Amino acid sequence: MIDIFDIMGPIMVGPSSSHTAGAVRIGRMARTLLGDRPVKASLHLHGSFAETGVGHGTDKALVAGLLGMAPDDLDIPNSFALAAARGLNFTFDEIDLRDAHPNSVLMEVTGAHGGVLRMQACSTGGGRILVNKLDGVEMSFTGDSTTLIVRNRDDRGHVADVTYALSQAKVNVAGMTLHRDARGGSALMVIETDQPVPEPILELVRSLPGILQVTYYEKED
Amino acid sequence: MNLDAMQDILAASRREGKPMWQIVLETDMENRGVTARESLEKMAKTWRAMVEASDAYAGQRRSHSGLAGGQGEQMREYAARGGTIGGDFTAQVIAEALAMGESNACMRRIVAAPTAGACGVMPAVLIPLWRRENIPEERMVQALLVASGIGAVVAYRACIAGASGGCQAEVGTASAMAAGALVCLRGGSAEQVCHAVAMALKNLLGLVCDPVAGLVEVPCIKRNVIGAMNAIAAADMALAGIESRIPVDEVIDAMGDVGRRLPVEFRETALGGLAVTPTGKEVKERLAAGRRKQRTLTIKDAKFHIKREQ
Repeated sequence: MIDIFDIMGPIMVGPSSSHTAGAVRIGRMARTLLGDRPVKASLHLHGSFAETGVGHGTDKALVAGLLGMAPDDLDIPNSFALAAARGLNFTFDEIDLRDAHPNSVLMEVTGAHGGVLRMQACSTGGGRILVNKLDGVEMSFTGDSTTLIVRNRDDRGHVADVTYALSQAKVNVAGMTLHRDARGGSALMVIETDQPVPEPILELVRSLPGILQVTYYEKED
Repeated sequence: MNLDAMQDILAASRREGKPMWQIVLETDMENRGVTARESLEKMAKTWRAMVEASDAYAGQRRSHSGLAGGQGEQMREYAARGGTIGGDFTAQVIAEALAMGESNACMRRIVAAPTAGACGVMPAVLIPLWRRENIPEERMVQALLVASGIGAVVAYRACIAGASGGCQAEVGTASAMAAGALVCLRGGSAEQVCHAVAMALKNLLGLVCDPVAGLVEVPCIKRNVIGAMNAIAAADMALAGIESRIPVDEVIDAMGDVGRRLPVEFRETALGGLAVTPTGKEVKERLAAGRRKQRTLTIKDAKFHIKREQ
């Protein structure tokens, strides 16, 4: 079902919902998933992002998102200067990601506390985005729903543990996908929920045996 | 109810004896799990953002490429001198469409409706009418609800992105939405809304997306003008009782069909139409050559800003 505010909206800084608004959301998503203030970012633009990115402000938009701006922030055009002022060093280059969506970017982002995130995402139109790859594991989620990303050892029982914890908090699972790099290695659960996940439940999930990392993205209005 | 067909919205409107905007409102309440008040407030916020975007226009701004800016102002000045061919209202509509398209190209805040490239069409017809007739905000919100319902149906049955269906999907859809909104504001029936949508979309069927250098500037900004003018014509025809011989949902399906069969060169790739005219190609080459230089400039600018801020 189409959200009528995706038709009459979004309220955004131009010129393009896919090349500008979507790019801001990708940068912002990377910041959220990193869970820290980014201090270094290497951004590799693919396809149309590389071709017409500068004219559409895609580069400024991605940096604006990394700085935590929303798609309607009037400071988006000044993001390069703001990044310099706030201690975010960034580089851009072009990359060929083969069969990736034309509006794709691959980025490595380092946080102030040393954490590193490697994310590939694309802008699918109208400001909507899709995260395709996270730290080497292929997956996909849109950020249209509240999303919990759990990295765990590829071992039995973890899915049951995590979903049980969610059910205890009366959080309904709207969608769920499982991914792994190699059997017995590390695995990812991408869980989309109808309700926000309360902090104590996130803590509980983090403390479960075999859970390596928990990243939480709360749906934005 | 899902917004899958204009016919379904029309039938629900008749069956339940409710105006079209209310049917759309109820689908939003159900879809997002919100109250009527929350939904109406969000749409009012969207309307205010449109008006703010119009007020914030400044004619001296230029886009990054230097191709866009100043023509909304030029049109306003021309209109102020009087004696325009189409009269004052028409001149205001044209100026508004240009101004909004330019603001978008200059990285200012706009409301995508349904896309950023077509963001000038809705405000171009709504803002001058709202100013002229002092229409209460409540009714503007109702008109936006009708328009967003129309856009949702087009998005479901066909497409609203230039990359999928060409400009007919962007400016064409915006024009259809604007036509429906105008009929709603004038108290037309739900049937008349459907005819206005059908006629507006039919008139722009086949319009290609051929942006020079791939930017949302040439010819996009001026295509917002034709989208707006076409919306007024379609709304006036519908209010006069003129009907579309082809039912609205069939027109939308035809737009989707044309879009799918449109060669990829005419779907935002900048490989056809105006983008590959000698001048279009020249602009593209000039911008590509300037890119390296502009990057150095940006870095210098950044240093300048930091020093100033400290």
